[in-house]
Amino acid sequence: MAESKHADVIGLPLDRIDGRLKVTGRATYAFEYAAQGSAAYGVIVSASIGKGRIAGIDARDAQRLPGVLLVLTKDNAPAQAPWGPVDLPDRFARAEPALNTDEVLYFGFPVAFVVAETFEQASAAAAMVRIRYNPIPGDYDLHAAGPAAENPGRIDGNAPADSATGDFESAFANAQVRIDAKYTTPYQHQAPMEPHATMAAWEGEMLTVHTSAQLTASPQEGLARTFNIPKEDVRIITRYVGGGFGSKLPYYVDATLAAIGARTLGRPVKVAMTRPQLFHTTTHRTASEQHIRLGADRDGRLTAYGQEALVHCARFDQFTEPVVDAARRLYAAPNRLTRHRRAKLDLPRSDSMRAPGEAIGLLGLECAMDELADALGLDPVELRLRNDTQSDPEQDRPFASRHLAEALREGAARFGWDKRVAKPASVRDGPWFVGLGVASAIRGDVLQSATARARLESDGRLTIELAMTDIGTGSYTILTQIAADTMDMPVDRVAVRLGDTRFPPTAGSGGSFGAATSGSAVLAACRKLKAGRASGTTEALGSVTPADLDEAYSHAGFGAHFAEVGVDRDTGEVRVRRMLGVFAAGRILNAKTARSQMIGGMTWGIGSALLEENHVDLRFGSFINQDLANYHVAVNADVGAMDVVFLDEADPHGSPLGSKGVGELGICGAGAAIMNAIHNATGARIRDFPATSDKLLATLEKLDP
Amino acid sequence: MERELTPRSSISRRRFLGTAGVTTMVLASPPAFAEATAEPSSLPKENVRLSVNGRQHALDLDPRTTLLDTLREHLALTGTKKGCDQGQCGACTIIVNGQRINSCLTLAVMHDGDEITTIEGLVEDGDLHPMQAAFVRHDGLQCGYCTPGQICSAVALLAEHRAGWPSHVTADVATRPALSDAEIAERMSGNICRCSAYPNIVAAIRDVNEGGRG
Amino acid sequence: MKPFRYERASGVASACATAAAPGAKFIAGGTNLIDLMKLQIETPELLVDIGLLPLADIIESTGEGGLRIGAGVTNSALAADMRVRRLYPLLSQAILAGASTQLRNKATTGGNLLQRTRCPYFYDTTKPCNKRVPGSGCAALHGINRMNAVMGVSDDCIAAHPSDMAVAMTALDARVETVAADGAIRTIPIDALYRAPGSTPHIETVLAPGEMIRSVLLPPPPKGRQVYRKVRDRASFAFALVSVAVVVEREGDRVRAARVAFGGLSYKPWRSAEAEASLEGASATRASFDAAGIAALKNARGYGHNDFKIPLARRTLRATLADAVGA
Repeated sequence: MAESKHADVIGLPLDRIDGRLKVTGRATYAFEYAAQGSAAYGVIVSASIGKGRIAGIDARDAQRLPGVLLVLTKDNAPAQAPWGPVDLPDRFARAEPALNTDEVLYFGFPVAFVVAETFEQASAAAAMVRIRYNPIPGDYDLHAAGPAAENPGRIDGNAPADSATGDFESAFANAQVRIDAKYTTPYQHQAPMEPHATMAAWEGEMLTVHTSAQLTASPQEGLARTFNIPKEDVRIITRYVGGGFGSKLPYYVDATLAAIGARTLGRPVKVAMTRPQLFHTTTHRTASEQHIRLGADRDGRLTAYGQEALVHCARFDQFTEPVVDAARRLYAAPNRLTRHRRAKLDLPRSDSMRAPGEAIGLLGLECAMDELADALGLDPVELRLRNDTQSDPEQDRPFASRHLAEALREGAARFGWDKRVAKPASVRDGPWFVGLGVASAIRGDVLQSATARARLESDGRLTIELAMTDIGTGSYTILTQIAADTMDMPVDRVAVRLGDTRFPPTAGSGGSFGAATSGSAVLAACRKLKAGRASGTTEALGSVTPADLDEAYSHAGFGAHFAEVGVDRDTGEVRVRRMLGVFAAGRILNAKTARSQMIGGMTWGIGSALLEENHVDLRFGSFINQDLANYHVAVNADVGAMDVVFLDEADPHGSPLGSKGVGELGICGAGAAIMNAIHNATGARIRDFPATSDKLLATLEKLDP
Repeated sequence: MERELTPRSSISRRRFLGTAGVTTMVLASPPAFAEATAEPSSLPKENVRLSVNGRQHALDLDPRTTLLDTLREHLALTGTKKGCDQGQCGACTIIVNGQRINSCLTLAVMHDGDEITTIEGLVEDGDLHPMQAAFVRHDGLQCGYCTPGQICSAVALLAEHRAGWPSHVTADVATRPALSDAEIAERMSGNICRCSAYPNIVAAIRDVNEGGRG
Repeated sequence: MKPFRYERASGVASACATAAAPGAKFIAGGTNLIDLMKLQIETPELLVDIGLLPLADIIESTGEGGLRIGAGVTNSALAADMRVRRLYPLLSQAILAGASTQLRNKATTGGNLLQRTRCPYFYDTTKPCNKRVPGSGCAALHGINRMNAVMGVSDDCIAAHPSDMAVAMTALDARVETVAADGAIRTIPIDALYRAPGSTPHIETVLAPGEMIRSVLLPPPPKGRQVYRKVRDRASFAFALVSVAVVVEREGDRVRAARVAFGGLSYKPWRSAEAEASLEGASATRASFDAAGIAALKNARGYGHNDFKIPLARRTLRATLADAVGA
């Protein structure tokens, strides 16, 4: 029997398959189709008020400018389906009409569209569209809206908004040690490097849309719904995506307007949002207020465990960030209470941003656990170990695999946790107060539906096709590895083609389900093809559905974050000196790209702990930071030494591949570890994220010699 | 008065219009808007000569055209990316007369006669530039959108360092600092990577600086 | 951008004469102006490109032992110049603390001095701003003013000047040499270049239309140790919350003389005569440094979100002075 030469390629740290194209600038992103070609340039005009009605539009001056081909407003936009339906099960497939109302629903709401021969002409003309408004007062203040906030019933992911186990209130009242703390997290933005962009063209009745999107099937269905045309007449192409982080789950009016413009003018039209537009005209992460109450006995065993969250959603939408999702599964406690309340505001849409729910829920929860450890005089790692559980505390079913304790122990050993001095402000290094912090990571795992096609070409090469996307996560690479491994072929004989609705449908990239879902479909297709090879089969389809994940178990990835920070004793500047993340994320499909995903997530933890925040100016209903100079994401110098360890974890009850999501686990808890390190460094307990210098000055004044 | 626009393509709009009535997409415009096809710009254009990746180009450009849009939209060199168009992200970094700059914050007319190197110009005879190869090897990229700017920046960084330039983290600016990881990170901080491949980018640059192949 | 005509200057005199016309503007590096033109905050009808003027690109010694820096010298070239690094390390440090290498490679000395505020309400053209649209109001005054000024401003405008380089130059007693539209040459102490906002915040400098900064003159380097310290929200590529430039001459355990300038606090780099007087002859101790900060910020006024800048500036000055005297 011939020895298998190419199997076991899954997991190897192969270089990114699309790396060569990307480092040479030859990977083509949406706006880059039809460069130097026939495409006209579209520019979106955004509303300058927070709420109200358009009283009148004078487009004549814009119209007269050289090169202007089209000025589209509510006065001349074509009829389209109304926005929604709001309760469509796939909210990313809603109709997204443009310029079909005189209402302004939020600051930055699209109110006009200009197409010209050149980008310069279109931009200049966009500024000449004169719009008069009748503004009306809006509700923009999350805090003020809190008391009247509604119970949303369900949260993102469809879990109930509230949960209760045992008798939380009396258990909390009777707990030997109690923490009762309010945490707040700010508005955040996904800020992908590639602005949302579309190049649309019609050939007869067929609409082709090159767009920067995480999903393919949803925008296809959504655009078809918007224009009332058959889905088969819409083709979405998204081969390379310059980052999404949730902001490219929905499609936006750039797609709608490019399609309308192209139809009207009979030539391709391309549109990119400006960077300032991204902050309002796409989605953002809601700010949150979190009320956390922890009760424990003197040994540190949680007896009462409560997290209540207030979030916002746009008035016309119904998204609820599942802030307390993690709390429901992270630690054991007999008496539990979780609750979401949602305030509808006249702000732009809140929706998913990397690890919606856990990313901010764990900021509060894992800092509160640090407060509890402090109150108990117990080591924070030990506190977490004492409350570990192998069974889902609110679901009455075991975890398919859970290695939180192993991650905590392994991390503590590698990080030198034993050298941590529990008393805050004990360690100095020149002008720096130095501290260590820890936090647990959890991110729920789901499987979605996907189909893949595997085809053996006449030259013996293998082609894999599926309407999956690669938003930088490494889809091209891991799918190549899965196919090569399954078919026992060298990877350079495998071509993976993604990002085209002409390929079999998938759920796309989002919620960390991409690799397991698409990978399992590729696995199934290749297995089928391999099995049929002897009988002459050259092509096979393979599928996976959510039902392929065993419902008898609870599914999540786990990990532990460790951070060392320095806090400048004079200025309060915080610098992350080193971070370690230890993760149990099932089978790792590519050790190199998975590590990169984790580093990315951990760096977002730095962002959420120290840098990222936006403010709403309540007088205008707009975010104050509208560019990358004012909305601070981490730069290279913000990132200290980063170490990532994956534990070997087999997950026999998980996806057919045995993998778990890695795109989001890295951010979950990372910011809390940093905040806890700041407390260890200085004694400051900052409950209002992020920890900018100003919030540390009062503590530092007290520490002054 | 409103009237329907006939798309230039001669294809029937029957199916496109649909039959559902309410949600039908009807292209209707007031005449003033419909007669939108103004003649192409009659603005004075500027003649600009650029040498891009060793090739000479003579262009007639709207003076408003940035160097970035000149590369992307007029020369079809789309490797250089537009991330913010405000000089705040670095995705548009190219090398002009040996120095890295943000091509979004400069006009093409300001560069008449200049020598420009873009990401496309770093490849020689089909071989990756060592920096490009190192970025692949160290996984110094994810979505790839900031990558051409990162690589152009990194290539120029090594030249700046060889010329003895100090940086913000150089303890004594009168000295020629060694290229530590902290020096690399500071010097690369004008290139934002939202995927946050930063440690891998630093590793790739360190590797090339040390002459290694990984 | 609005359409504009573009002219390449062939000489300083003709450039100044041309740029004196209404609607005309000089452009050199363009890193600030082009950004503002895209947002139509700046709408010049004529751009006079002085980036290629040969005179603009010179760093030379002056007879009195100082340096003459051509206005067109890029921030990078200035920061990397060995004379600057040895004699005026404060200036190198300040430049290197600003922006990114890419921007510094393009941005010029003259342009850096004349760059406009980064107040978010100035940048957001949907908001009132007296600097952008005189008479429209100041949205920052009761707005989110974390980055705004706390000294020397008015209720009509609380914008802060964003430059780092200018803070160091102010501490170094630099003067700018200008050429007017009629060819007249004058020198202006850098501190006098900027106009207080008062009720006319749209008028930012004392320069007349067509008047060009030709060079910056640095007097001979002051005695003592020079240190620039910038505090910002991220480790690099961010504008200052507060920055401090100090020059401290020590004599035994006392301060013989000191110079102090702040960035991020005012419409201009804020030279503090009060802090300098407080330090002169004082003991080189934390207590003296604290006293200097209290003196410097005596008249500071916070506007809510930026209240923290007052203690932060005091603390940063204290730390920077301690660093300068090696304490």
